[in-house]
Amino acid sequence: MSDLKITNLHKHYGAFHAVKGIDLDVPSGEFTVLVGPSGCGKSTLLRTIAGLEETSSGSIEIGGKDVTWARPRDRDIAMVFQNYALYPYLNVKDNIAFGLRARKFAEAEVEKRVARAAEMLGIGHLLTRFPRELSGGQRQRVAIGRAIVRDAILYLFDEPLSNLDAQLRDDMRVEIKRLHKELKRTMIYVTHDQIEAMTLADRIVLLRDGLIEQQGTPLDLFERPKTRFVAGFLGSPKMNFVPATLTAAGVKLADGTALELPGRSGLKAGQAVMLGLRPQHIAMAGTHLAKGHVRVPVVIELVQPTGSRVQATMPLGGTSIIAELGAHDVSRPGEKAEIDIDMTRAVLIDTTSDKII
Amino acid sequence: MSALPLHRRHGVRLSFRYLIAALLVVIFCFPVYWLFIISFKTPDEIFAFPPVWYPESIQFSNYKVLFKDGDAATVGNSLILASVSTFFAMIFGTIAAYSLVRFKTGGENLAVWIISQRMMPPVAIVFPIFLLYVWLGWVDSYFGLIILYTAFSLPYVIWMMRGYIEDIPLELEESALVDGCTRWEVLWKVVLPMARSGLFATAVFTFIFAWNDFLFALVLTRTEVTTYTVQVTHYFGGQSNFWAKIAAMSVLGTIPVFFTVAVMQRYLVRGISMGAVKG
Ligand SMILES: Nc1ncnc2c1ncn2[C@@H]1O[C@H](COP(=O)(O)OP(=O)(O)OP(=O)(O)O)[C@@H](O)[C@H]1O
Ligand SMILES: [Mg+2]
Repeated sequence: MSDLKITNLHKHYGAFHAVKGIDLDVPSGEFTVLVGPSGCGKSTLLRTIAGLEETSSGSIEIGGKDVTWARPRDRDIAMVFQNYALYPYLNVKDNIAFGLRARKFAEAEVEKRVARAAEMLGIGHLLTRFPRELSGGQRQRVAIGRAIVRDAILYLFDEPLSNLDAQLRDDMRVEIKRLHKELKRTMIYVTHDQIEAMTLADRIVLLRDGLIEQQGTPLDLFERPKTRFVAGFLGSPKMNFVPATLTAAGVKLADGTALELPGRSGLKAGQAVMLGLRPQHIAMAGTHLAKGHVRVPVVIELVQPTGSRVQATMPLGGTSIIAELGAHDVSRPGEKAEIDIDMTRAVLIDTTSDKII
Repeated sequence: MSALPLHRRHGVRLSFRYLIAALLVVIFCFPVYWLFIISFKTPDEIFAFPPVWYPESIQFSNYKVLFKDGDAATVGNSLILASVSTFFAMIFGTIAAYSLVRFKTGGENLAVWIISQRMMPPVAIVFPIFLLYVWLGWVDSYFGLIILYTAFSLPYVIWMMRGYIEDIPLELEESALVDGCTRWEVLWKVVLPMARSGLFATAVFTFIFAWNDFLFALVLTRTEVTTYTVQVTHYFGGQSNFWAKIAAMSVLGTIPVFFTVAVMQRYLVRGISMGAVKG
């Protein structure tokens, strides 16, 4: 059964068309992540699902009930906001209990549920504090507590971790993942952080300019992107794009370098394409890549160590590309090296349609 | 170059400042002191020359007369008029302000039109209102004055509350809506607590406006709901002890305001500075 079903949803802000016809089906218990660049309409879509924005056209069903025109309170949803949205005049306990009391739960039940949610989030000792007496991470836990204390059909998160520092964000991400495993509820999570998207999602919905560009499991999108946009959006560092021309056996780069493409057939020789190479699929000559690679001599331009790996910038076919190499493979700019490129993992992009070939 | 060493010079400057401060305190407090002290004097002491700076004995006969003759009831009238009209102005004003902010009711223009109503000089409307009230039979009634004070305070309340409500983060209200509140519940459970300081500050000023009103009360009352401000003016005349009554009545009129401000001081300061940050 699907907990959320969106059909041909449009949202206009005056003359501005923010959501341009979205169809989405979220099965029960799934963790769906809406991801995309800033301004693509993620928050708008989420807020329309919540009923905080009015639908311009299309329909929304939650738990099998058409709620397109229902008030937020009648939609059976819980939501966590980016800026926590805690009531400063209520202590942690009353903040968490707010939704239950608004729905007239018996006080004994409220006590029980608040205690359980607080324990789950490790904030049991903070119940009598006020929001201003909490750290950012604690505030976010309270905000999450306020959502999970209720039995909603749908739990919505709008960039809940974006105000936290990097370390805390990693911890909270793990926490949210654990909560989802424990609660087995349907969650929709908005972020523009692709790491959050990759690590949390059962399914990623990648938005662009108010439309779904592609949806699928994280690995699906990472390994089988359908467009250049998807290929470039997921992955860190980003996929390298090198202009090239197709030949019978592979591609030819702008400077004449020929690279073989094993296991590909039916390529139209002479067609202009973009060659997409992930930094992870490039290695120092002879290190660890499997068969199907081509070996290319390069000169290192820039070295950015990340500790466990090193991101090396080098020219290839007239553009700069980034390769993720072993921590000790290269050490300084100007160094001459040979790299292996795993051409079995390379993607080819039609330059006119930006679709993957 | 001064001959005094640095710390001595500092000391001199400090004592000079204290002297000035003390002088200012005396200048500002003296009229208040004089008002209070006159109300406790005997008629002889009031007219004595040189003036009696401090009476022999504090005596309450001036107040006793006011209470015995029923004049003190006019303070009660003022209290009823000011508090009831403040209560209604705050309720309707806050609801209207919320509507202006959240639903953009009437666009930009309605809000400006509302505050422009406040700029009307009261004296320009008091006589038309008198004629209207005569026709309606509202002259010299609590109801009539409460309606008038409420109406006259509304633009101020709406304008102030609009500023305070605009400062409330939208997410707080949206969160409450999702959590199961209706709009009215949001107003009650989120907006009011969030705007509490501003609400109290606005209420105090609204109360003081009605409390101190003289013009409307003078024109629109006769004998039934005379306010203390009008009552004070009745003592100008031939009576021998009118200064005593004026002073005592003024003290009675000052005390409620004094206590209101003292109790609300915390909110007043915060409420006023809250508005100062935005809008
Ligand atoms: N109330 C509004 N009025 C007019 N335009 C709006 C409004 N809210 C959002 N928009 C526009 O709609 C588009 C989508 O906004 P939205 O907030 O959904 O983006 P987003 O994907 O959440 O971006 P971000 O990652 O920065 O949060 C943006 O171009 C934005 O300018
Ligand atoms: Mg957003």
